[in-house]
Amino acid sequence: MTDVRSNVVDFPLRRRGAPFPPREYDGLREREGLVRAHLPSGQPVWLVSRHEDVRALLTDPRISANPANAGFPKVARTGGVPTQEEIPGWFVGLDPPEHDRFRKVLIPEFSVPRIRRWRPTIQRTVHECVDELLASDGAADLVADFALPVPSRIICTILGVPHADRDFFESRTQTLVDLAGTTEAERAEAVRQLLRHINRLIAIKRKWPADDLISRILGTGVVSEEEMSGVVMLLLIAGHETTANNIALGVVTLLSNPQWIGDDRIVDELVRFHSVADLVAMRTAVADIEIGGQLIRAGEGVMPLIAAANHDSCAFEHPRDFDPGRSARGHVGFGFGVHQCLGQNLVRAEMECVYRTLFERVPNLHLTRPVAELPFKYDGTLFGLHSLPVGW
Amino acid sequence: MRISANTGRCVGAGQCVLQAPEVFDQDEDAMVTLHTDRPGEAARAAVSEAANLCPAGAITIHED
Ligand code: SF4
Repeated sequence: MTDVRSNVVDFPLRRRGAPFPPREYDGLREREGLVRAHLPSGQPVWLVSRHEDVRALLTDPRISANPANAGFPKVARTGGVPTQEEIPGWFVGLDPPEHDRFRKVLIPEFSVPRIRRWRPTIQRTVHECVDELLASDGAADLVADFALPVPSRIICTILGVPHADRDFFESRTQTLVDLAGTTEAERAEAVRQLLRHINRLIAIKRKWPADDLISRILGTGVVSEEEMSGVVMLLLIAGHETTANNIALGVVTLLSNPQWIGDDRIVDELVRFHSVADLVAMRTAVADIEIGGQLIRAGEGVMPLIAAANHDSCAFEHPRDFDPGRSARGHVGFGFGVHQCLGQNLVRAEMECVYRTLFERVPNLHLTRPVAELPFKYDGTLFGLHSLPVGW
Repeated sequence: MRISANTGRCVGAGQCVLQAPEVFDQDEDAMVTLHTDRPGEAARAAVSEAANLCPAGAITIHED
């Protein structure tokens, strides 16, 4: 894996059948400076793996999140960040001050008090999804039949997607995240259909504003209609696969650590422990900058490794132990800096509610395949499970 | 201990509220607000943790 002469690492390091986060991350953190790596395309990139360095990098104004920069790393075949030209309003790919315009109008929708008000809706949705799960005959795929529908329905409700359109949105977003069972062409078609549907939805909300996120944001006049479709698409997708992966992996972890079920501290520890968004925070230096004792030149690509930072023993003692009793709050599982996950309070509320409800209502929930044989995701940007066969 | 919060920098993720709800809150725009700018010593650990966790460096602790 490592070319000793040049000291360049092939990246990503995720391997089928190997533990995640990759053991190699421990070695990366210990090396002086930063580690140079090659992406599958041959593109060179700096890997940032220490907790302290990742936080420093993600808050530095000389670091850009804009995918239009030449050195911007493209890691996986899918899940790249579209540019503003491709999808206007996809604001995770914008830097301040352009980024602030979007963030400012959207953060109130996901603040701690606002999410508190969504809790009854979240609870109701989770109950509905458990009902549907239990309607099947003692066995199901917990990913497709539960972990994906929960966040999908909740974000649809928040956005104001009419009930009648919910199945359409749910099925198309499922197509988008199902790397194993779909082709690239099918996913591209799903994006087109979603955008078309979203545009129609925006036109309707423009004409008949209601009490929902899309209507409120349109009403501010801060975001154009064209940008709004990118925003909606982003919100629909961002909170969907990440949360589903967290829910599914969390069920696996909690089934082998049942003593923690019912404790609300599990959520942040699960987000730290699994670090599904390991490869999400691609960046480029727009000016020379020193991080971790390494000079990064303007124009060079940088990958802050979320899972490596979250498993740095300088920040978390015995990082490979699942221990909700620790203070996991300093984790970077939701990122850090201005792009830190906008929906993190929603995700926390969803995960808390999901575990409480699921294990209460399905006390004999169990895996029907050994953990080692589960189809973990090695091919996408996110880590997670393609499916999770369970019984009760 | 006195604290100040810079709403110009706040990115509204609410880490501070989760850490020390007796000191921090978010207004309707999700901007950080303070219940008090002089929290008691008992809140020191939670307040410095909030300052440390704030992804925008918006919270400052003054020792006056
Ligand atoms: S943690 Fe920082 S950025 Fe987040 S709401 Fe509090 S002050 Fe604002």
